[in-house]
Amino acid sequence: MTGSAAKDRILADIRSALHDVPRAERAEDVAVTRDYLDSHATGDVVGLFVERVRDYRATVTRVPEAEVPAEIARILAERGVRNLVVPPGFPREWLTAYDGSRLTDDPPLTAAELDASDGVVTLAARGVALTGTIVLDAGPGQGRRALSLVPDLHLCVVRTSQVLPDVPAAVRALVPDRPTTFISGPSATSDIELDRVEGVHGPRTLDVLLVVDS
Amino acid sequence: MRVALFIACYNDALFPDTGKAVTTVLERLGHTVEFPMAQTCCGQMHYNTGYRREAESLVGAFNDAFRGYDAIVTPSGSCGGHVRHHHETETAPNVYEFSEFLVDVLGVSDVGAYYPHRVTYHPTCHSLRMLRVGDKPLRLLRAVEGIDLVELPEAESCCGFGGTFAMKNSETSVAMLRDKMDNVHITKAGTLCASDNSCLMHIGAGLGRIKSGVRTLHLAEILAATK
Amino acid sequence: MSDEKVNVVWLGSPTFPNAAHDALRDGQLRRNLKHATTTIRDKRLRAVAELDDWETLRLAGSQIKDRVMRHLDEYLLRLEASVTAAGGVVHWAEDADAANRIVIELVRAKGADEVVKIKSMATQEIGLNEALAADGVTATETDLAELIVQLAGDRPSHILVPAIHRNRTEIRDIFRREMGKYGVAAPDDLTDEPRVLAEAARLHLREKFLRAKVAVSGANFACADTGTVAVVESEGNGRMCLTLPETLITVMGIEKVLPAFADLEVFLQLLPRSSTAERMNPYTSLWTGVTPGDGPQEFHLILLDNGRSATLADRQGRSALHCIRCSACLNVCPVYERTGGRSYGSVYPGPIGAVLTPQLVGVGTSKHADSLPFASTLCGACYDACPVRIDIPEMLVHLRAKVVDAHRGEKLPAPEALAMKAARVVFGSPRRLAVAERLGALGGRIAGIRGGRWLPGPAKKWTAARDVPVPPRESFRTWWRKAGRR
Repeated sequence: MTGSAAKDRILADIRSALHDVPRAERAEDVAVTRDYLDSHATGDVVGLFVERVRDYRATVTRVPEAEVPAEIARILAERGVRNLVVPPGFPREWLTAYDGSRLTDDPPLTAAELDASDGVVTLAARGVALTGTIVLDAGPGQGRRALSLVPDLHLCVVRTSQVLPDVPAAVRALVPDRPTTFISGPSATSDIELDRVEGVHGPRTLDVLLVVDS
Repeated sequence: MRVALFIACYNDALFPDTGKAVTTVLERLGHTVEFPMAQTCCGQMHYNTGYRREAESLVGAFNDAFRGYDAIVTPSGSCGGHVRHHHETETAPNVYEFSEFLVDVLGVSDVGAYYPHRVTYHPTCHSLRMLRVGDKPLRLLRAVEGIDLVELPEAESCCGFGGTFAMKNSETSVAMLRDKMDNVHITKAGTLCASDNSCLMHIGAGLGRIKSGVRTLHLAEILAATK
Repeated sequence: MSDEKVNVVWLGSPTFPNAAHDALRDGQLRRNLKHATTTIRDKRLRAVAELDDWETLRLAGSQIKDRVMRHLDEYLLRLEASVTAAGGVVHWAEDADAANRIVIELVRAKGADEVVKIKSMATQEIGLNEALAADGVTATETDLAELIVQLAGDRPSHILVPAIHRNRTEIRDIFRREMGKYGVAAPDDLTDEPRVLAEAARLHLREKFLRAKVAVSGANFACADTGTVAVVESEGNGRMCLTLPETLITVMGIEKVLPAFADLEVFLQLLPRSSTAERMNPYTSLWTGVTPGDGPQEFHLILLDNGRSATLADRQGRSALHCIRCSACLNVCPVYERTGGRSYGSVYPGPIGAVLTPQLVGVGTSKHADSLPFASTLCGACYDACPVRIDIPEMLVHLRAKVVDAHRGEKLPAPEALAMKAARVVFGSPRRLAVAERLGALGGRIAGIRGGRWLPGPAKKWTAARDVPVPPRESFRTWWRKAGRR
């Protein structure tokens, strides 16, 4: 759109700046040594995931699949959630024990409606054990990004089979053109005297329900 | 092994005792030390202040002065670091900082020294991060008989010398120096030791000004001391 | 042209030693800085020690950046094609002025008179907020520290924690005094507890997030192969800006491009541990162009040069562009720890600022920028901490040489230049050195005998707090010769 002249000048400046780079050199000719480890996680990867998510002061509960509905209802009740955002594709059978009201995103909820809700329940795309990270990629049961952002509580259901050992595996498993969010604990700031405060703009409470796959 | 002493110009002019101590220790260990009289300055001060042209013009003379030696030993971490990193000459790889030479080349950590005093050690930046001497000076000090070696708090923090930095940014330099001196006082050591007289001169000049009574000594001088 | 770069260097900034003079006298600032830098320094060491292959990761990070710089033109074209294919619009801006004009036109086209902003070094560098204000558009900084700085009418002092120079009581007072002028006021019972202050910021900003039509961000990384842009943050204000508004404008320095999406596996390990010293920061957002039904439906990516292509031309200075803005070098720097960020007179403080700022504005163009490469003891702590292995000490020395060379041949050489030349002559022969040593010993002893603890002239700067070393009676070489050694 703007400034093809500017583009040409910038590219010309870059090329003249790189006078020392041989013309025949291709980008791939510049060596990159990828001797780093694929994973730093050892032993029980799921156990490590639980430990590392908890390090961020998020809660983690491990349950067999049969107990998911009851556990979701218990957590939501404990947190006082009566008005729950439910993204499209979230398994209905998991909400059978929850008796509060549901906000579905069809038609899309406004930001104000999301703000007025008590919380959101979503699935996840991946978990990363070493860093205690949950990855959302707006796939089924996760919803668009705003759903897991504006409500003050995020209950995220992750399957043990989704937990990858470390960051490289997660990056390799991602689909680049999906809007993706890495979530490592609740929103936090250390801007005031480097004192960590959980909860600024994102959900101040992050509860993780880890479903043990058989 | 032909061993040459690269004294460094400021040691030559201001701290001759350090060069004498290096000679004493090496001779005690059975080595003959030569002092090539043609040596002057490695050009570090010029180089680090931005006078690269002047610095480069000193490289050839340095190489001529030290050609033919198996090891060129210096009691200056910063000059040793400068030569090894910035002189592209045949002699540059043969330059060793004093503690490196003792521990790595001679394989010695106990040089038979005796120094019955409380000492704290400041690892100077260029020894630490340019030459990566690590704990070699401390290994040498720990083997000294009678020594009461105490750890310096925030030891790896710069003393604020930085060559011409001490003049160009004197106020910041002095702020760093004060913190270093406070840490020295916390140790209650009577002697502050380092492997580089430039930093030691800076801290010593500060300690002298406040009449702290703490003595500054180069590592070589402690290692040269005997009963 | 030079006035278009005023925001890299704050206009009227004094030279580093003069700016440091004031900072060093501010006891509160010194205490805050000491606390903050030592805390994060220790934490970073622990975070880095957890990864056995840290050095290998650093090397890979530096090599990837090297590859980018050597083929920057190709990668930018590839990025433009990928972003465009994904529904984004790419703009090219040669300097601050051009970038600001593009943003203003885009904001105007949406009929907006306010934007929400994610903390971004690039938009600070171009002075976007001021440019928008001059055009009647209010820009609200949404990062907590940036909000504090903005409300105080202040300048940031750290890349990562811009309000590092403020303590909780000062922040409470700023919130009480200023918040109401721009939106939701701070509650009457506001205390100085960080949790309470963060809550006040949440309430103050929430209405702005929910209302905003346009957001402006920077970018940590942009992947040439996929067009994916990454923003790494902690508070969620970034996610708010990247998700809720209809239009997103991202201003990105041209050096931020990465060859491939896969390279994120290196940088997402290096950056969080180096910057906030965490295994992973709370939120990282990746987006590729426009996703129907999710997030902004209009995405503009502005590629900013503003001195970067000129920096690229210096082979020894080029790698300053590798910087991923983690701020680890600030936290380990003994000079920064004493003077704080504002003494550097630029949006880029600390060791990286001392090498980046003079290059972005041009060596020899201002006394201020020329003073920055000398604002270091060359202790080397920054190089060890840098996650992409930028050899800052070596680059500082290189830039010092450029500064010195820029002033060679001046009719009235500085006293330092004369001294350096004189020293060169003395060191030119061992005989001359021996004579100088004898004269020095004599002079030094005379000064010493006269109690010469306070010297006049330039040496005054030494003797303000330090004694003058008194030269010995004889130099080492004299002793050696007299002792009949060989």
